[in-house]
Amino acid sequence: MSAKENILNAIAQNQPELIPLPAIDLDSVIDYEDLYAQFKLVLEGIGGKVELISGLAELQEELKADKESGSFVVNAIGALGDVDNHVVSLSASELEKLEKAYVEGTIGVAENGAVWIYESQMINRLVPFICQHLVLVIEKKNIVPTLHHAYEIIEAGREGFGAFIAGPSKTADIEQSLVIGAHGARSARIYVVE
Amino acid sequence: MAAKHAELAEKFIADEPRTDWHDETLWFVRSKRDKAAHGLPEWEQLREWGSQIKNHTLSNLSNYLKEFEENAIANGIKIHWAADGDEHNKIIHDIIRKHNIKKIVKSKSMLTEECHLNEYLQHNGIEVVDTDLGERIVQFRKEPPSHIVLPAIHLKKEDVSATFHEHLQTEKGNNDPQYLTEAARQHLRNKFVESDLAITGVNFAIAETGGFVVCTNEGNADMGAHTAPVHIACMGFEKLIPKAEHLSVFLRLLARSATGQPITTYSSHFHRPRPGQEMHIVIVDNGRSRQLGREDFRNSLKCIRCAACFNTCPVYRRSGGHSYHTAVAGPIGSILNPNLDMKANADLPFASTLCGSCSNVCPVKINIHEQLWKWRQVISEEGYAATSKKVAMEGMSFVLSNPKLYRFAGKMGRGVMKLFPFMVNNKLNVWFKQREMPEPPKESFRDWYLKNGKFKK
Repeated sequence: MSAKENILNAIAQNQPELIPLPAIDLDSVIDYEDLYAQFKLVLEGIGGKVELISGLAELQEELKADKESGSFVVNAIGALGDVDNHVVSLSASELEKLEKAYVEGTIGVAENGAVWIYESQMINRLVPFICQHLVLVIEKKNIVPTLHHAYEIIEAGREGFGAFIAGPSKTADIEQSLVIGAHGARSARIYVVE
Repeated sequence: MAAKHAELAEKFIADEPRTDWHDETLWFVRSKRDKAAHGLPEWEQLREWGSQIKNHTLSNLSNYLKEFEENAIANGIKIHWAADGDEHNKIIHDIIRKHNIKKIVKSKSMLTEECHLNEYLQHNGIEVVDTDLGERIVQFRKEPPSHIVLPAIHLKKEDVSATFHEHLQTEKGNNDPQYLTEAARQHLRNKFVESDLAITGVNFAIAETGGFVVCTNEGNADMGAHTAPVHIACMGFEKLIPKAEHLSVFLRLLARSATGQPITTYSSHFHRPRPGQEMHIVIVDNGRSRQLGREDFRNSLKCIRCAACFNTCPVYRRSGGHSYHTAVAGPIGSILNPNLDMKANADLPFASTLCGSCSNVCPVKINIHEQLWKWRQVISEEGYAATSKKVAMEGMSFVLSNPKLYRFAGKMGRGVMKLFPFMVNNKLNVWFKQREMPEPPKESFRDWYLKNGKFKK
């Protein structure tokens, strides 16, 4: 018998009688009066910066200036300007110099400041992790109260990869002192479009 | 015989200021957990859901594993099954040989620690670079992690500075955590970019979608997995959950219980390899199916490895992770490890006050302290309890079942402690080591009750 059969047989033999799954009742879960205010409060508490904007004009200007400065900047948001689709095939050593990335998120979660991003929104899976500075854009109407609400909207297995990202990369592995910028982005700015 | 918990703890607490620091720091993490938990009115309901989902999963595990494998294969992921640690290591070694892999980065996986993967590969001339900052620190120092979430919590920044000065040529005596972290960032960026293989753990595997979730704050799992041409994710089979929607319950519980954060910075959902990449999952038993069959201990398999039980444990906080001499320390380790090797780990269920704090903070409601007590009985029955414990227990049992003898012994004890304190305050009494003996009471509770209790007219 193969290892698989042995393991599955042993499990089948040793697992208890079937116990039912609980029903998750969203009525017993926290809600917030002002989802944006809660999202901003939590995200800024974990090192992110959150700004409410009425339109994309300002960001378009920022992206243009970034591009003109000559530093390696990737834009993955069609509404901001030309999308850098070529990064899909770039290697890690090429992306290592990535200074800043503009990426659109699907939803934001008020309770924890996380933003869901599908692989297709990243262009290349490595982009939001390897960049020095991450700029995320979400729509205000897409902020949900909790992760329960978030998983009702996103399809975790729709694409090959997807992630919740909540603020910049961090560590407290040296004497529990919080340091921002461990391996991933050193800063995370989240623009919420009204 | 290998050193036991009491002996190893004695070494740890020899440095009193450091022990105090360790104790206070972990208590601070526990306090952050409390604050995060109290921020959600439904916290207890969440724990109940977490517990019930895990109970359900364990009761239908063989079907969920089949469903998971089928869906993962359909996603283009290669699945391997390993009966024990050795098979797990060999499967990974085979993949390494097949691709002629030289450079390996690994993010935190307690399973690979349990299987001693690094040592196995090193023995075969293959080097693995641990990329979690805490794990890299202890790897440089040739030490095991002392905590499953905070691997270097037993070290002070001066220690890290000295280690980095030696291995990364950082400035001697520069103890600034920011500076030291930056040095590790630069050092490990190179390792990520050059890597041929990324090994990660798995926090949750989803039967319904055939994918898995890895949580980090540093981003090291993603830096490796999205760079290397081959990704191997290693999981104990108990990491399974039925559906993606259940992730909401566990991701809400995990980081809040672990560090008091509302969520880890990165919660990455892997479902298919990227174009040109090879993705493997190794599903490991290593004693888990045996534990599943032990009714009293099966729900230890519900553990999501948050380490809340470590941070709250008065024994862990004051004895350090290394005193548990196993990959997973703390209260949860003390109920998992006797299943792996009852004889070698017979001391661990005794390294507890049975205060129950571990069970109270557990996000999936494992009855940890009750299992510790039950393991003590199993271990004693199997004849693995330390002789001193056995003799003491038998003596206690004899005295406690004879009320007259018990009263006489109590009287003698109080008298001796009062008149001849040196009889107990000496090196032969292990309870006197590193402790002050209490003042003996003037009378027993029974005597007091007879005088003052409800029978008194």
